[in-house]
Amino acid sequence: MKKVFLYSYILWMIIFIVIPIILVGYFAFTQSENGVVFFTLENFRRVFEFVYIKVLLRSINLALICTLICFLIGYPVAYIMADKNFHFSSTLLFLFLVPMWMNMLLRTYAWLTILEKNGIINSCLALLGFSKINLLYTNQTIVLGMVYNFLPFMILPIHTSLKKINYSAIEAAQDLGADSFTTFRKIIFPLSLPAVCSGITMVFMPAVTTFIVPNLLGGGKFMLIGNLIEQQFLRIADWHFGCAVSLILMAVIFFAAIIFSFVDTDDEGGNLF
Amino acid sequence: MKFRFLILLAVFILIGCSKNNDEKILNVYNYGDYVDEKILKMFTNETGIKINYDTFATSEDAYTKIKNGGTNYDVVIISDYMIERMIKENLLEPLDFSLIENYQFIHSRFKNLSFDPENKFSVSYMWGSVGILYNKTMVDNVHSWKILWDEKYKNQIFMYDSQRDSIGVALKKLGYSLNTRDIKELYEAKNELVKQKKIVQAYVGDAVKDKMIGNEGTLAISYSGDALFCQSENSDLDYVIPIEGSNLWFDCAVILKTSCHKSFANLFINFLCQPQIALMNTQYIGYSTVNSEALKKLPDEIKNNKIYWPSDEEFSRCEIFHDLGEFIRQYDIIWTEILAED
Repeated sequence: MKKVFLYSYILWMIIFIVIPIILVGYFAFTQSENGVVFFTLENFRRVFEFVYIKVLLRSINLALICTLICFLIGYPVAYIMADKNFHFSSTLLFLFLVPMWMNMLLRTYAWLTILEKNGIINSCLALLGFSKINLLYTNQTIVLGMVYNFLPFMILPIHTSLKKINYSAIEAAQDLGADSFTTFRKIIFPLSLPAVCSGITMVFMPAVTTFIVPNLLGGGKFMLIGNLIEQQFLRIADWHFGCAVSLILMAVIFFAAIIFSFVDTDDEGGNLF
Repeated sequence: MKFRFLILLAVFILIGCSKNNDEKILNVYNYGDYVDEKILKMFTNETGIKINYDTFATSEDAYTKIKNGGTNYDVVIISDYMIERMIKENLLEPLDFSLIENYQFIHSRFKNLSFDPENKFSVSYMWGSVGILYNKTMVDNVHSWKILWDEKYKNQIFMYDSQRDSIGVALKKLGYSLNTRDIKELYEAKNELVKQKKIVQAYVGDAVKDKMIGNEGTLAISYSGDALFCQSENSDLDYVIPIEGSNLWFDCAVILKTSCHKSFANLFINFLCQPQIALMNTQYIGYSTVNSEALKKLPDEIKNNKIYWPSDEEFSRCEIFHDLGEFIRQYDIIWTEILAED
């Protein structure tokens, strides 16, 4: 019986993970002309042209900023929620999770109505006699949208790991004369580090590949790598180049995940590697 | 167990024409929200042919799926330049006009168009132009593409997030053809668009409708059909085909060479050309009809609206997209360079 489950899972993986990746590789390393398919590295050479590198670097840059902000906001929130004396922790957690029940597209659309020229913020400003300001369609708006969408992926793992910390370790530190900052620096933070690493990976990955956020909140003005891939498939039907860009992006994420996992030594699940 | 699964899968993939020939089924592939679905039911009621209806987002997307095989579509409704490419690549089946007697109702403007000069493979479905949608309370005297470069309208301009449409605007502004294969002209257009980027609020797709209706912008590139819809929601909006000329587009019904139900497909195209059906469709979609009988039956305020039915002079000012073949990559590179600019 066990075997049946195992085999069907393996089959599932082959059909939906292995074969698609092989297909992506096949398209990336080939080019077709007049129906004749031939092997080439041209697609990869093209990825390393200045303009595409610029797009890739901008995506990585924005994703890193987003990850950093998520960490700076997420860690204190997770810390407060994990505090035993904090009574609203489950309410707060609930509030962070509720928006995730909604489709990401809708959540991002909602920001449009808030930030638009005739949106909520600008209408309030106008009511108070201030002049309207341009809030939409900048790099900052893109980061805002990413942080909003991906923040829970940072908070949840950190929150879980902080909750699991054995309180006697903290008491021991206090008994030995550590002040609260030293306790945090030497005990709490190191124990939560693996979760921080999975949080970083889980925020960075969707942030670097997103194309909905820059489309809606960036007004399509700043091309990110996700938009570039979308464009190759939907707009000009160049699957070969699109696949090559996708493979490079996968490599970037893979290396990022490896770097993050160096610190990540917890083997109790919740991690990627 | 595993083996049986694989065989089943293989069978699913390999199902071809032969077996289902006599089944009364028709597979239709169309842009999203681009038919009054009541019409599909009416066709089934009238003929007993069941329709499997499927949609796509862009014609490139549809083309790639059809070209790579594995689909079983019979009738496809797709755009002009893509039809030109599909004829070139021998993907289309000539229509059987003895079954499409309603073809007589198609207005002469929409026969023998340049992408299918002998009108052997396609029957027009909807059409329209590309122009400037503007808010009369914020700007007047819009007649040229040049206004989209006017610093006065900084952050009030919406461009279209499609390569050929937006590059086409710059080409037309410079007095070049929309179908240029001259790399020098293309780079001139690029420089124009880079210059313009500083004053553009956003490059949007369908969202342009909400934006213009909500008074979020002054000027926008728009399809005539969308402009009509926006005008019906916000009467301050108007639309113009600029004097330098613009793009005219046609979406047409075609039958694929690989179709297993060709006679049904011809019947369906004939059905779409029935004046009453064409009328229902144009009123549902809001785009201009190609059917001269349907046009007559439309209410005056629609058929006399210049957005819905531009004059012959405006019509002749415009150009139709041609398939650029591999050269389309140059447009893609230029577009990427524009959007990669800071």
